Amino acid sequence: MTGIFTGKAALVTGAGSGIGRATALAFAAAGALVTAADIAPEAANETAALITQASGTCLALHADTSLAADMAAMVARTIAAFGRLDIAFNNAGISGGRPGTDDFDEDRFDRVMAVNAKGIWLGLKYQIPEMLRGGGGAIVNMASIAGLTGVGALSYTASKHAVIGMTKAAATRYAGQNIRINAVCPGAVDTPMLARATAGGAPGPPGTSGPLAAPADIAAAVLFLCSDETRFITGHPLVVDGGVLAG
Amino acid sequence: MSTEGLQIFSLAGRVAIVTGGNRGIGLAIAEGLAKAGATIVIAARDRQAGAHAAAGLGPNALFIETEITRPDSCLALVRATESRFGRLDILVNNAGIMRAARAEDTGLADWQAVLDINLTGAFLCAQAAYPALRRQRAGKIINLGSLASTFGTAASAAYACSKGGIVQLTRSLAVSWGSDNIQVNAILPGYIESDMTRRAETERPGAFDAKRARTPAGRIGLPSDIAGAAIFLASDASSFITGTSITIDGGYSVQI
Repeated sequence: MTGIFTGKAALVTGAGSGIGRATALAFAAAGALVTAADIAPEAANETAALITQASGTCLALHADTSLAADMAAMVARTIAAFGRLDIAFNNAGISGGRPGTDDFDEDRFDRVMAVNAKGIWLGLKYQIPEMLRGGGGAIVNMASIAGLTGVGALSYTASKHAVIGMTKAAATRYAGQNIRINAVCPGAVDTPMLARATAGGAPGPPGTSGPLAAPADIAAAVLFLCSDETRFITGHPLVVDGGVLAG
Repeated sequence: MSTEGLQIFSLAGRVAIVTGGNRGIGLAIAEGLAKAGATIVIAARDRQAGAHAAAGLGPNALFIETEITRPDSCLALVRATESRFGRLDILVNNAGIMRAARAEDTGLADWQAVLDINLTGAFLCAQAAYPALRRQRAGKIINLGSLASTFGTAASAAYACSKGGIVQLTRSLAVSWGSDNIQVNAILPGYIESDMTRRAETERPGAFDAKRARTPAGRIGLPSDIAGAAIFLASDASSFITGTSITIDGGYSVQI
């Protein structure tokens, strides 16, 4: 299989469903060697099976992105399997619950910040040294339009603002060493997470009533940000929301 | 962008107008779109440079002499494009000028020339293109902003106002024409080595070194750094992206 990422190793967290799975499949289709990590091992295995069926190469593994040991092992196993790490999509995230009802649930706050914010920080912590060793790389972090506005539960909105903040800080730090770090900010996307959040008729995030983005729409933006064509883009939160923030 | 293995980034069969596509960032964008498969129309004032640029963009590329500050000229541009190629899919509003002068020294004629070309010209071209894009129920408009869309600049208040206006034009057209399946986005290049900035460097040396020192990536941008984003925003890969701006500046704007 040849493509723009042939010979590159790409790591995707939360790769067992939704946007993560779509992006893992897209990287593999474009030639990358893919590590598909997920907190649900069977879901990661399914993604790997889909990639293998399409003649791609994929390492499936279990990782809870809020745990340093899991994140260290995820990167180490990728290096052991592929000998390099060129691309990382820190995608894994969880919902903050229903805005207005779950805003002050302390356990929820701790868990959302642990996965959505600290999980991405841990990703950077273990991915960047390997990319420095390899001479460079591209990282995309999963933010949200909740990282740019006040929509969403308090914990979720706080975690996504944190993602954009650390994306910018890390981008300025490592731009001179050929590592680019950007974020994607989707609006409402047709994923299992959105389906769970809107079960029983609950209102979803802005844009839920209009056409939803497909996971493939977000995957395309991630591949774009990881390609050599974006070599001068870093620290940018790329909005993929169907125009919700514009008006 | 290499489109090998990635059909959604392909522009095969699409027709694109690039204003000011005869040099600098505009030419780099025209070359990128052509490489991705699009047929290019260069719209510019300079007949010789325009014809020369079109000649380098493949056998089908066309130069159309255009004065983007005149509505009739913009309409003629779109009409000529459609009559030659039968369609219009992509409009890149790139043409722009800079008249360096401090605010207290800016004459009304310079203020108006900058706003007319950089902002009103983009609006008039978009307005002229709209019927063609609406008819196809698909279209892409890409507007060129600047770091001066985000930051103020003492070098030219007129330029900053025109480029700030580009961001609001982008949002407004995105909201207006979203239901027609027309996506409107902006590209905000950082400091790019072009005719415009080289001229400024000759007049007042030092800007290149100062910008390089402040840019986390440690270099000034090249026109070719901008082409990939234009391909992305012109392609089906960005079909859910509208009303936003993509900054391409090596991290300049995230480090104050």
